Amino acid sequence: MSELIDLTAAAAAERIRAREIDHAELFEAYRERAASDDLNAFVWVADAPPNGNGYADAALAGVPIAVKDLFCTEGVPSQSGSKILEGYRPPYTATVVEKLAEAGAPLLGKTNQDEFAMGSSNENSAFGPVLNPWDRARVPGGSSGGSAAAVAAGLAPWAIGTDTGGSIRQPAALCGIVGFKPTYGACSRYGMIAFASSLDQAGPLTRDVTDAALLLRHMVGHDRRDSTSLEYPGEIAVPRAESLNGIRLGIPGELVGTDAGVDQGVRANFDATLRLAETLGATVEPCQLPHASHALSAYYLIAPAEASANLARFDGVRYGLRVDGDADLTTMYSRTREVGFGAEVKRRIMLGTYALSSGYYDAYYGTAQKVRTKIAEDFAAAFERFDFIVTPTSPWTAFELNSKTADPLAMYLNDFCTVPMSLAGTPAISIPSGLADGLPVGFQLAGPAFSESRLLDAAYALERAIGFDGSAPRR
Amino acid sequence: MLDREQVLHVARLARLALSDDEVERMSAELSHVLDHIEKIRELDLDGVPPTSHVIDVVNALRSDEPEPCLPHEVALASAPEPLHGGFGVPSPGAA
Repeated sequence: MSELIDLTAAAAAERIRAREIDHAELFEAYRERAASDDLNAFVWVADAPPNGNGYADAALAGVPIAVKDLFCTEGVPSQSGSKILEGYRPPYTATVVEKLAEAGAPLLGKTNQDEFAMGSSNENSAFGPVLNPWDRARVPGGSSGGSAAAVAAGLAPWAIGTDTGGSIRQPAALCGIVGFKPTYGACSRYGMIAFASSLDQAGPLTRDVTDAALLLRHMVGHDRRDSTSLEYPGEIAVPRAESLNGIRLGIPGELVGTDAGVDQGVRANFDATLRLAETLGATVEPCQLPHASHALSAYYLIAPAEASANLARFDGVRYGLRVDGDADLTTMYSRTREVGFGAEVKRRIMLGTYALSSGYYDAYYGTAQKVRTKIAEDFAAAFERFDFIVTPTSPWTAFELNSKTADPLAMYLNDFCTVPMSLAGTPAISIPSGLADGLPVGFQLAGPAFSESRLLDAAYALERAIGFDGSAPRR
Repeated sequence: MLDREQVLHVARLARLALSDDEVERMSAELSHVLDHIEKIRELDLDGVPPTSHVIDVVNALRSDEPEPCLPHEVALASAPEPLHGGFGVPSPGAA
């Protein structure tokens, strides 16, 4: 069985197609591992392999997938990590989950996450924190921490998550795996329990770049049920590049300069990765994103503002928890929300409501939207001179549980290098680039809208040169 | 700086009951976060158009054709209080 677990998802799919292994056998091997998960990565696990023939000839060959809790899955618990959706089993399935099932990736289980995807450590879940498989005293990152930990620990062959300000890339970095946030609009958001609708995107968390490409290929495309989803131009290609010849990498001083707060070990690893990129043929030069250092501020106004509107629907009427149903209507609403939401979600609802309230709208939300324009312009200008912008994914490696929970602002700084791309709507990938003090470091590459295939190619070439061994936590 | 009265006002707008402890904590934490965020107000943003959405899609329309929707009982299956084929709620006036 251990041999099965060692296969990447693409390799397992290959073996199934060649009739060397059976998809049900692979499903069962992972199902058993997921069911005995001691990282708290899973909140629900399927109890049997799916019925049906034809998997061996399907594109994804029956290789099962772990899905972040916030994707609605028909008849299966979907709570977005929140107590307020206790017992909720949606009557429909999210489009990307449906598309992956049609391509031959059945649902293995639902993964733990920060409540409503608000967090960078997975400590804000109603199900309790997820442990990092590299060091169980540390966080896996968030908000897609369960998906990242499950893939890193070999409890799932691959997974999907969502990224609003870094929620795929940062946990992928902290767990030593690959995470991809696609261009905004590339994947349908239908059936994702919404956090910030102008930023939320679904994407893969995988062991390597090839797996990410394979999964992403079957996730993208227009969906008539999400009017912000776009027809993807062309097909996501399987990455093959072996060099970075002619590739121009830009290093934004605003995000990785000495004032940016990047840890020493992470910085050293980042510099070593840049030198490796040069040996592969890339040119590395400083670039400017003059407004990037303001991205975090703009993000922490825009995302909570959108969240405060999106989360208004959780009021004890149509689904989930109801508290004080014998009181008057407003008391029932307010008490249901008091009991159902956790501390961070309340904080963001308050922040967002304040930023949108009469008298403050222009000063906060309006200003943040203008900063967003400047940030998008910064990226557009940079991509005229550079193919990709590169940064460390996270300023630091996995931190100890409870070490940042007392200071919300310190926690928000996790997203310093990932938020600018989210505001600009551009795609970005995090790949493991080695270890610092025994913990994984992530290297982020960002490209212009719809550059997914080129990004995957560059990441693939780098991945081969880095030769990262992610097997340690897969016991 | 967000004082106690402002916190209670925003909580009312958000239909969120808060304990006394939470009001205290919220006042301190939100003020701390807003102090940091305030820095963007120093930027010169005169004449910059706001961005609400990064993709260039306007008026995404589809043909208006009726199609099947969720059956009634399925839509009500998760409701805390299904009532006469609808969602039951307490009276706005009851107390």
